[in-house]
Amino acid sequence: MENMSRPLTQNIQPDRVFATLADYESTGGYQGLRRALSELQPKEVLQWVKDAGLRGRGGSGFPAGVKWSLMPMDDARQTHYLIANGDEMEPGTFKDRFLLERDPHQLIEGMIIAAYAIQARTAYIFLRAEYHLAARRLEQALQEARAKGYLGERILNSDFSLDIHLHTSAGRYICGEETALINSLEGKRAHPRTKPPFAVVSGLWGKPTVVNNIETLCNVPHILRNGVNWYKGLGLGADQGTKLFGVSGRVRRPGLWELPMGTPIREIIEEHAGGMRDGYSLRAFLPGGASTDFLLPEHLDVRMDYDAVAKVGSRMGTGTMIVLDDKTCPVKMVLNLERFFAQESCGWCTPCRDGLPWTAALLQDIIEGRGHMEDLDTLSRLTGMMALGNTFCALAPGAMEPLQSALKFFRRDFEHYIAGVAPSPSVKRLT
Amino acid sequence: MTEKSAVLTTLEIEEINAEMAHYADKAAASIEALKIVQKYRQWVSDECLVAVAELLDISPAQLEAVATFYNLIYRQPVGKTVIHYCDSVSCWIMGAEQVQDRLCRLLNVEPGEMSADGEYTVLPIVCLGACDHAPVMLVGDQLRLDVTDDSVDKILGR
Repeated sequence: MENMSRPLTQNIQPDRVFATLADYESTGGYQGLRRALSELQPKEVLQWVKDAGLRGRGGSGFPAGVKWSLMPMDDARQTHYLIANGDEMEPGTFKDRFLLERDPHQLIEGMIIAAYAIQARTAYIFLRAEYHLAARRLEQALQEARAKGYLGERILNSDFSLDIHLHTSAGRYICGEETALINSLEGKRAHPRTKPPFAVVSGLWGKPTVVNNIETLCNVPHILRNGVNWYKGLGLGADQGTKLFGVSGRVRRPGLWELPMGTPIREIIEEHAGGMRDGYSLRAFLPGGASTDFLLPEHLDVRMDYDAVAKVGSRMGTGTMIVLDDKTCPVKMVLNLERFFAQESCGWCTPCRDGLPWTAALLQDIIEGRGHMEDLDTLSRLTGMMALGNTFCALAPGAMEPLQSALKFFRRDFEHYIAGVAPSPSVKRLT
Repeated sequence: MTEKSAVLTTLEIEEINAEMAHYADKAAASIEALKIVQKYRQWVSDECLVAVAELLDISPAQLEAVATFYNLIYRQPVGKTVIHYCDSVSCWIMGAEQVQDRLCRLLNVEPGEMSADGEYTVLPIVCLGACDHAPVMLVGDQLRLDVTDDSVDKILGR
């Protein structure tokens, strides 16, 4: 039987190593594909996904159906590509690995349906190198899907043919940026490309290409199987469907849960993650990975959906939260984040290549007692210089999000270092 | 032609050719080709790089640009097992620095170095996507969760 309230993880059970093809089919797996191929035209499939309101789960929240609809469909001879972005590397994010390792057929069905909607005959799974187990399970699942006639020539006796290739990468966070990913898939350095043209018009080898996140594609089979109205009924707030939410840091039960879109942050941290460990209190949190602005305990009643989190000055991002406790230094945490971004800058544009190491160096100086009050103004200026629009892609602007909010919320911690006084956690406790 | 087969094995060439068939042009298989060589030899030597470039019909310089961009292509020898400890934010909060210290002290290396017996190379890595079990590390291709001093000792057999 299907679990209608948590479709994405219904086949994932604690006592089950992973969902086999038989497990997946027993809860309605590949029925969405059957319906799409036998009852619906590609543009109808696209309309379903658009009407369902599925938004990109990789962090941007861009509506998937809208992205698909931008693909030029006037020339039937034109080659189209679909790419599943499995380059999950946003610090604090651990949702796609879970879906890939534990239910690989769900992604494959989602990809076949998406490829049908955009009329792609070749698709790629771009998987980060370190996900060895996911690679083995996907390779096996792809073979099973080919053997069953879900992949290959004339799928399920329709006119539609598709093959999916698994590409395993070789590192570098920037590969998650969709145009850098395309360069990487072409065997080049992963530098982002100028936009426009967007990948959906000119992508892989210059052909129209849709790039979707793993979790986004995993939603697609369920929309086709159970319909638009059912899907729209799953969310609690303005956004549709369910979402994998995660919590890491010093909480009692770090983990990952599939919950309705729009679940309040408090419920996720206090109920599902069990609240803070004994002896620790909640100081702040990054709601959706390393490149999102800090939020404070006063924001706990905000709902986790794209617009609600944006309204309080951050982003839902990947939906996996990183908790800052009262015994962890926020300035050092920001240094850790900025070192990551400085290391992972691809070096293509100057603000990012030079600005991020400068940011990290200033933070290190402050922490090591060589800081000046003017450094805080410089850091603040850097957040403006690396804001969206001043850099080639979103890496550096993302890096500035935790920094700009830290300068706002933890200014006294920065100043304490500069004044040569260790900040005292006991007077700073907020909850 | 003869030079090519002299450097790369038949198996390596076969596997690289199979990867090339998945793409619209040969050069797209660059990363897979380097990884195939690395799978059999642990790292990519200059000779291998030149041979792979020839097979892919690109210049050695073009392939070197790719090889040196990606942190998981090794252009110098590494130990039999590469240990990647995560140093990203969730693991940092949960004690990644202690894991690094323990690893480096037991093996008597700095991050990035190979142990004297050639068994291990220790490298930092970005978030491994297992933050609910921080701190974590990758030992060869095995993900190790909830790493403690004891588990580091056990993994290294010391």
